[in-house]
Amino acid sequence: MRPDAAPKGSTVARYVVDVMPKREILDPQGKAVLGALPRLGFDGVSEVRQGKRFEIELDGEADEQHLADVRRMAETLLANPVIEDYTVTSAEPS
Amino acid sequence: MRIGVVTFPGSLDDGDAARAVRLAGGEAVGLWHADADLKGVDAVVLPGGFSYGDYLRCGAISRFAPVMTEVVAAAGRGMPVLGICNGFQILCESHLLPGALTRNDHRTFVCRDQRLRIESNRTPWTSSYAANAEVTIVIKNGEGGFIADEPTLERLEGEGRVVARYLDVNPNGSLHDIAGIANERGNVVGLMPHPEHAVEELTGAGTDGLAFFTGLTALAAAG
Repeated sequence: MRPDAAPKGSTVARYVVDVMPKREILDPQGKAVLGALPRLGFDGVSEVRQGKRFEIELDGEADEQHLADVRRMAETLLANPVIEDYTVTSAEPS
Repeated sequence: MRIGVVTFPGSLDDGDAARAVRLAGGEAVGLWHADADLKGVDAVVLPGGFSYGDYLRCGAISRFAPVMTEVVAAAGRGMPVLGICNGFQILCESHLLPGALTRNDHRTFVCRDQRLRIESNRTPWTSSYAANAEVTIVIKNGEGGFIADEPTLERLEGEGRVVARYLDVNPNGSLHDIAGIANERGNVVGLMPHPEHAVEELTGAGTDGLAFFTGLTALAAAG
């Protein structure tokens, strides 16, 4: 167990932030993957876009305040709104 | 003229930038990313490299370094700030400059002697250049493609804020062949090519980059 992990029984709110390059923006990484797939025998793949997924845990119950905080994290740091879109979803505790 | 050069974890070109400042007759002052202190400098250079390992996005973490709070405030008061390569990325992430720098469209790192046109000599960093001077300055980046939405591009073009434009070859897919831009006031300039590597005949393709640093010292002497 990590020393900073929450003690057993305490409540943790989990959120997932997905960050994707905007549709109109060239995604060279997705293009590279798209180019590699046919070489592996995967035919008929017409598009691949590559993004990032962040899993965030906050102390306490999931609530509006936590959701607003995670949205602010996404806006200020996790995504660059000039080139990326993001979605925030509340995740079930695992 | 005291010109600060910021060192972030992962900066590569801070030494060369400081050397360019000295060759141009200025005093180079080392600034540290973790210190919210500009040591009373007259201008700041954010050098190239891979600050914070380019984690998350190039420049995204550096933007929140303590020194950047001071740089953003000083830029707002009109202090000249030059961001080179990774420094340009940091300026965009800091919203001191519009747009963003994305992975090169051809997906490979580019390193070449690049022809450029210096289209604006109305910034403190380019005031030593003749109008529309054509120069050769090395470029080296993996994520140098400048992009912005159409209204932003129109504003940059209309207000003469495209400071440098690629000639002959667009090395990274930058929209409008943009190599460098300035903020509205002109004191903040971001540049993908590396003028600090083009200051001595012994190394590189010539000394066309030196004027980026002599411009400031000349202004100081005149002032």
